[in-house]
Amino acid sequence: MDMITIPAVNLSPILPEIFLSVLAMALLLINVFVPGKQKSYLGYISFIGVVVAGVLACAGWGTPVESFSGSVIQDNFATFFKIIFLVSAGLVILIADQYMEREECNHGELYPLILFTVVGMMLMAAGTDLMTIFLGLEVMSVSLYVLAGFNRANLKSNEAGLKYFLLGAFSTGFLLYGMALTYGATGTTRIAKIATAVGQMSVPSTNIMLVAGMLLMLTGFAFKMAAAPFHMWTPDVYEGAPTPMTAFMSAGPKAAGFAAALRVFLVALPTLQVEWSQVLWVLAVLTMTIGNITALRQDNIKRMLAYSSIAHAGYALVGFAAGNSTGTAGILFYMLSYAFMNIGAFAVIILIGKKGETNGNVMDFAGLGFRHPVLAVAMSVFLFSLAGMPPTAGFIGKFYLFSGAVQKGYVGLAIIGVLNSAASVYYYLRVMVYMYMKEPTEDFEWTQVSAPIALSLLISVAGSLIPGIVPSFILQYAEQAIKLI
Amino acid sequence: MSNHLLSLTTFLPILGVLLLLFIPKDSKGVLRGVALTVTVVTFLVSLPILTGFQTNADFQFTENVPWIAAGPFAMRYNVGIDGISLWLVILTTFIMPLAVLSTWTAVEEKVKEYMICLLLLETGMLGAFISLDLFLFYIFWEVMLIPMYFIIGIWGGKNKIYAAVKFFIYTMVGSLLMLVALIFLYFKGLEAGFTNFGLVQFFDLRLDPATQTWLFLAFALAFAIKVPMFPLHTWLPDAHTEAPTAGSVILAAIMLKMGTYGYVRFALPLFPDAAHRFTPLIATLAVIGIIYAALVAMVQEDVKKLVAYSSVAHLGFVMLGIFAFNTQGITGGMLQMLNHGVSTGALFLIVGFIYERRHTRLITDFGGLSKQMPIFATVFMIVTLSSIGLPGTNGFVGEFLVLVGSFESELRWWTVIASSGVILSAVYMLWMFQRVMFGELDNPKNQKLADLNAREIAIMVPLIALIFIMGVYPNPFIEKMDPAIQKLIARTKPVGQTAQQMPAMQGLPAGHPAMSGSAATSVEQAVPAVANPNEVK
Repeated sequence: MDMITIPAVNLSPILPEIFLSVLAMALLLINVFVPGKQKSYLGYISFIGVVVAGVLACAGWGTPVESFSGSVIQDNFATFFKIIFLVSAGLVILIADQYMEREECNHGELYPLILFTVVGMMLMAAGTDLMTIFLGLEVMSVSLYVLAGFNRANLKSNEAGLKYFLLGAFSTGFLLYGMALTYGATGTTRIAKIATAVGQMSVPSTNIMLVAGMLLMLTGFAFKMAAAPFHMWTPDVYEGAPTPMTAFMSAGPKAAGFAAALRVFLVALPTLQVEWSQVLWVLAVLTMTIGNITALRQDNIKRMLAYSSIAHAGYALVGFAAGNSTGTAGILFYMLSYAFMNIGAFAVIILIGKKGETNGNVMDFAGLGFRHPVLAVAMSVFLFSLAGMPPTAGFIGKFYLFSGAVQKGYVGLAIIGVLNSAASVYYYLRVMVYMYMKEPTEDFEWTQVSAPIALSLLISVAGSLIPGIVPSFILQYAEQAIKLI
Repeated sequence: MSNHLLSLTTFLPILGVLLLLFIPKDSKGVLRGVALTVTVVTFLVSLPILTGFQTNADFQFTENVPWIAAGPFAMRYNVGIDGISLWLVILTTFIMPLAVLSTWTAVEEKVKEYMICLLLLETGMLGAFISLDLFLFYIFWEVMLIPMYFIIGIWGGKNKIYAAVKFFIYTMVGSLLMLVALIFLYFKGLEAGFTNFGLVQFFDLRLDPATQTWLFLAFALAFAIKVPMFPLHTWLPDAHTEAPTAGSVILAAIMLKMGTYGYVRFALPLFPDAAHRFTPLIATLAVIGIIYAALVAMVQEDVKKLVAYSSVAHLGFVMLGIFAFNTQGITGGMLQMLNHGVSTGALFLIVGFIYERRHTRLITDFGGLSKQMPIFATVFMIVTLSSIGLPGTNGFVGEFLVLVGSFESELRWWTVIASSGVILSAVYMLWMFQRVMFGELDNPKNQKLADLNAREIAIMVPLIALIFIMGVYPNPFIEKMDPAIQKLIARTKPVGQTAQQMPAMQGLPAGHPAMSGSAATSVEQAVPAVANPNEVK
């Protein structure tokens, strides 16, 4: 009997993924066998694990290494996104414990699920085969469905989980269909080979199967990015999900969607750039405008940030539509900054909130500014960064995204972008109006800021401010990361 | 001479902020003292800039180090001043201590945060005036908004939130469009071989007329909102009325100058052809602003609102002068910027004084105050006359030069109409003064008002001194700014138009490099001729 020959496999490119998977499984076991209601220690272990994974990921910076016959790669692009996912996961783990204690759903499975999500996202960024990307996306999504409905006792959380699952499954169908059509048109699922096959077509844009495949894949990715018109799930899921998970979903999976889409479109389908950039142009305008206009009317702050998160996907799509190095480097920078500023804002929301997901309206921020000046200043930094005011990371990110569009000749898109930015200022300022300019309506009951949340706030403030003042080093890494081929 | 004088001046207030952070918020006296000390020290530090300034057209005290470099962009920390920005920097450092003093007793709540906002604001404003890198300028320009937003929104009057948000969003819309224009301009520069955002090189980039038009419109909109020009002025009365005294003073004295400074420093020299093309439009809006604001000011019942509208009118004159594109016009515009800073700043301080005493600003609540408060009456009178532009006060020199300059340019007919604004300003100011200060002291609440105290007098003395110095002997001011203005005029000449075709000015070819100093000469000729008190104003 012949032995099946196993190709030489180099595990080093997916070392962080392996590490996190093993850690997650170990934590699941620990959770089962170690008695006791207190689960915080799992959080600490996970946080350390995330840091270690970050070190492992960073070690891969430099020359690209392929593995598994070219279906995953460890290149700077993947590494940069892995850092974004790890940053979001790390910050979320820090803010999760206090919230979960308060809502009495402190089940130990939370942390392994977060780690599995991260593994899925990392594979999405590192995948150079449509199948790897799909597997990564599924690992991420399935864990997220559970995380969204993690607060079993809360009806809204249940609704969020179910809604996310149904719509997510539907969108995955689109993605898979798109991948199948692309395979049909090109005969391969390897991204590099798709590029060759498409390059050999005389007029690829008339190949209906390929174009349909491309659009369906875009639909699938747009769902994960929460881009309009595939954003309908976002507000309900973000509002219902436990707040730390909302923070996580708005930063991590969105970036993962961009990572996979960027690689597929820039590496596999550059010959169709004229076509896809037109579609993205429209998507960007729709996403920014719908997100911002709907956010203007929200009183619930989680819902407001959900809509604003749609708008932020729109800003990033501006850079994607441009498709040049300035715009795509802008996406990388922006996704990283967004993780800091958005998770930071959610951390403050957790501190303001009260048991049973109450006290989550903009009005509940009244008087915060002078009762808890440090917290309010932190929140202001996040909000100004989200609004894109200098000298914050949000401004530099937007500057590069819109510059990409201008460089590409999409001045109109850049103008629509900045006008949207101006509109968004209104609802971010509204929170500040309540924080600083209104008196609290009732007595302020104050929950203690736990050390992990304080640490996460500190990191978030630094991450929203420092890249705004000295952005060069991160931008230069982003520049290196987008040299894909 | 220290090379880092400009940076030191600009960032000293930030050091002050750090200092304030460590002072407990209940020691209000210490907080005020520290803030005052920091602003005074900043002023003193900025004085060597004035004394060390060489009277030529170059940028001086320059610092230029790399800051951001990534992708196609390179931003530098590139700062420096010339005759145009020199006086605005000094004006800023000069007004700030007075602004801090003015709120000594008016702000009792959240003193610490208030002082932090004031100091941050000072850094933002100084930074915008000294930036020679377009990106750096934009950063400071935007950063300024944040502390001002809080000053209006937290310490303002009863409609403060509306005013603060309106102020913020109005300015933001304009500046974001300018940002797109700035990015576009940068890529044009890249094509021409530039490697960074440095401002000066862009002056030589003569873009084609269509591009210039769009870019000019984007810049002009941002600056017009800030000036503010009719019909974009509606945020100003709200912001002024609601802001606390120091906020109004800074807003009027310095922040509005950002707009006019933006025209002089950026919009005109960067896009000269477009600027010429839009001169009739801008001059029309300026003249409408002058007349309309004066008429609206006349019927205001609130003193502060009246002063706010008078600001709109005054800045209309500044715009008219700048768009005359000749020596007198621009010199007058620049002087008028300083004058407006001094006199309108002083007017808002005065309004603050009586508001603090009576907690009302309605004209009808007053009357006959001069009997009760003689020192106040004198001060108020001098400032009012300066605001009207009476010969011998600063307001006259600037306004006169503006009118002479624009009369001799292509804007002759606009000038004719604008001149009536001078009369109207006398009408609304003097009428207001009469109703507040003269007549019967019949309101019992007014009969026990205290006159100005030592602190208030100390605030007003430097301003009044300046009113007279700049009114009687404006030459030192003009001399320092003149070379830079000549250079500006040379730069903004339309393509193909030579010096001879420019409107002749008192027989002197304007803008000729050899004739630097001609403005000073012509002003000397102009001033004595009209310093005649018989001249009807």
